[in-house]
Amino acid sequence: MQSSTVNNQSQIAIASEHEAAGHHGHPDLRMIGVYIFLIADSMTFLGFFAALLIYRATMPVWPPEGTPELELLIPIINTSILVASSFVMHRGQTALKNNDVKGLQVWFAITAAMGALFLGGQAYEYFHAEFGLTTNLFASCFYVLTGFHGLHVMTGVLLILSVLWRSRQPNHYSSNSHFGVEAAEIYWHFVDVIWLVLFVLVYLIN
Amino acid sequence: MSTTVERNVPIADTGHNQHPQRKWQDYFGFSTDHKVIGIQYLTTAFIFYLIGGALAEVMRTELATPDPDFVQPEFYNQLMTMHGSIMLFLWIIPAGAGFANYLIPLMIGAEDMAFPRLNGVAFWMIPPGGIFFLSSFFLDTGAAQAGWTSYPPLSLVASKWGEEIWILSVLLLGTSSILGAINFVTTILLMRMPDMDIHSMPLFCWAMLATSALIILGTPVLAAALILLSFDLIAGTAFFNPAGGGDPIVYQHMFWFYSHPAVYIMILPFFGAISEIIPVHARKPIFGYRAIAYSSLAISFLGLIVWAHHMFSSGTPGWLRMFFMATTMIIAVPTGIKVFSWCATIWGGKVSLNSAMLFAFGFLSSFLIGGLSGIMLASVPFDIHVHDTYFIVAHFHYVLFGGAVFGLFAAVYHWFPKMTGRMVNETWGRIHFIMTFIGFNITFLPMHPLGLQGMNRRVALYDPQFQTLNIICTIGSYVLALSTFPFLINIIWSWLKGKQAPRNPWRALTLEWQTASPPIIENFEEQPVLWAGPYDYGIDTETIDGNETVEDMLATVSAEGR
Repeated sequence: MQSSTVNNQSQIAIASEHEAAGHHGHPDLRMIGVYIFLIADSMTFLGFFAALLIYRATMPVWPPEGTPELELLIPIINTSILVASSFVMHRGQTALKNNDVKGLQVWFAITAAMGALFLGGQAYEYFHAEFGLTTNLFASCFYVLTGFHGLHVMTGVLLILSVLWRSRQPNHYSSNSHFGVEAAEIYWHFVDVIWLVLFVLVYLIN
Repeated sequence: MSTTVERNVPIADTGHNQHPQRKWQDYFGFSTDHKVIGIQYLTTAFIFYLIGGALAEVMRTELATPDPDFVQPEFYNQLMTMHGSIMLFLWIIPAGAGFANYLIPLMIGAEDMAFPRLNGVAFWMIPPGGIFFLSSFFLDTGAAQAGWTSYPPLSLVASKWGEEIWILSVLLLGTSSILGAINFVTTILLMRMPDMDIHSMPLFCWAMLATSALIILGTPVLAAALILLSFDLIAGTAFFNPAGGGDPIVYQHMFWFYSHPAVYIMILPFFGAISEIIPVHARKPIFGYRAIAYSSLAISFLGLIVWAHHMFSSGTPGWLRMFFMATTMIIAVPTGIKVFSWCATIWGGKVSLNSAMLFAFGFLSSFLIGGLSGIMLASVPFDIHVHDTYFIVAHFHYVLFGGAVFGLFAAVYHWFPKMTGRMVNETWGRIHFIMTFIGFNITFLPMHPLGLQGMNRRVALYDPQFQTLNIICTIGSYVLALSTFPFLINIIWSWLKGKQAPRNPWRALTLEWQTASPPIIENFEEQPVLWAGPYDYGIDTETIDGNETVEDMLATVSAEGR
């Protein structure tokens, strides 16, 4: 008898705490996982940026003498493509929230194309650059940092393509089941933000 | 992906439940069960402990004489590099992750980790990582020779391919570690049973939360450093190569930004384990629950801003050294809070001196010495005096062997009945403790005076005046090596033939003891009940017998008017 009282009390406690914490249904753990992963990923970039900043701070001349001027035209176009693509992508997710899978597909396809365009621009930049990976410290930083970011853009494009592939199945994504869509979008925004920092640190502050 | 387990295997445990249990074959394949993965981590890590220990014995044998006559100096460098790397990346860190995997879902009343498949993937990166490490011994150039720190420019000129394999292995093991940490954080924060708030969560979970934060924030920076080092090695860039205009100090900053927190990644899980073990075997509520919980977080935070104390002699400017000296010394405060809380918990308790508790005492005393020499090393003038001497070797072995490994053994003895359903043989456990404790102190205590007198670390050749103490160290190391055998035999024998363990042999209050030993596949027969806080030891808990179910406990508690 008394034991059941304890049980009841603890159940009341459970109920009230649920309300207090606002736990209505479970939060999507997978999205939490994606966010924590992105924190870790941003630390890798932070490592690279820190290295670059220490070089800038400790080298007498930066970029080292004899480094050719960086062409800014392509990277500026690339930057605007990437920033715009984040907005385009968000329209896709908004469409899905209205259960418009067609809209999701269209906007995501455009985003993937913009990502591919960005990578094409980067490849063009690499082929026409007047320095190589080992020319000097600045050149090495330039290639490794933009290359590592390019790898992320490529991963992002693959994620978007996999979302598009899956969206062909009827009812795979809907307004209340969209982990893949959301994860791809958050990742893409992340890559976009990292690019802005990288653009400032590598291209602009020289 | 579903697990391949048949659900109709009869249980070997006591009477009333007929829930399915794991078969031994399940432990050799890809599994998504956190308990299987936890034991896979622990056994794999232990195998690497034996390998890393064997390498250490070869080194100690070489160091019995001042001249490099037992092994060639190049080979000694490889042994030294691999001993350090294996013990850190393949023993202590995975063993901590193993306990975390096994215990966290049980402690918080969850069915599994948040991401079971990711968990399996994280474990299965470890064996290949270890095999890569070891395979590099068979290269023409031999294994990596630049120490576990792999400082350039030395790492760029000694054993190119061995170094590259070392980098790839560490990247693989680091990735595993990050994936594990993502899982731990998500599980701890979001999978707790509904009425367990964050302040009634066991301290081990707090410790793993702090550890995981460090892994998530630190490990990727090491990855960045190693990627750049790899470019220097293979592609001919000069990020860290002064010959090409690079700066090796940048590597040191990036490396220690991870590797200093890494020492807390290694010790914090065992701080957590000790916080579980001491109150149970002293039959007292933990002293200062919140202080211990928050001090873990404080250690994490401070751990991230002290890295340059490894670089006092690297030309770091004076004002910067002052900052790192001060922050390093401040770490003694949260650590001291823990030590005092543990001592206060033991004070006046009904201490049972079983193997788990003996190792906990071994942990306390050895870690205290390591911690105190750490405060000495935080001070710049002293650090410069003993930099790269055996004093450092003594310090980190007192912290990592005397601390982490003693804590680990305490945890093994404490949770062995839960993991295997068998009691461990106490006599052999005590023999193991005595041999380990004596061997450990004979090996590492003389390294303090050796270092103060100026014996260099990392080299096979030394001045003959240091030989006497070195012989003592070497003899101690043999005792330490032998101490593994009583443990190994005891564990295997007890696992196969030991006495059946009740579900709660220590009459502990954390949730993992509310289920069968070993736990059933779904962890709990029914939703566990928080009938007391994790450390609410007092009068009414003394009547609990090891086989009681939750209902019995509740009845006992309410009958006594709780």
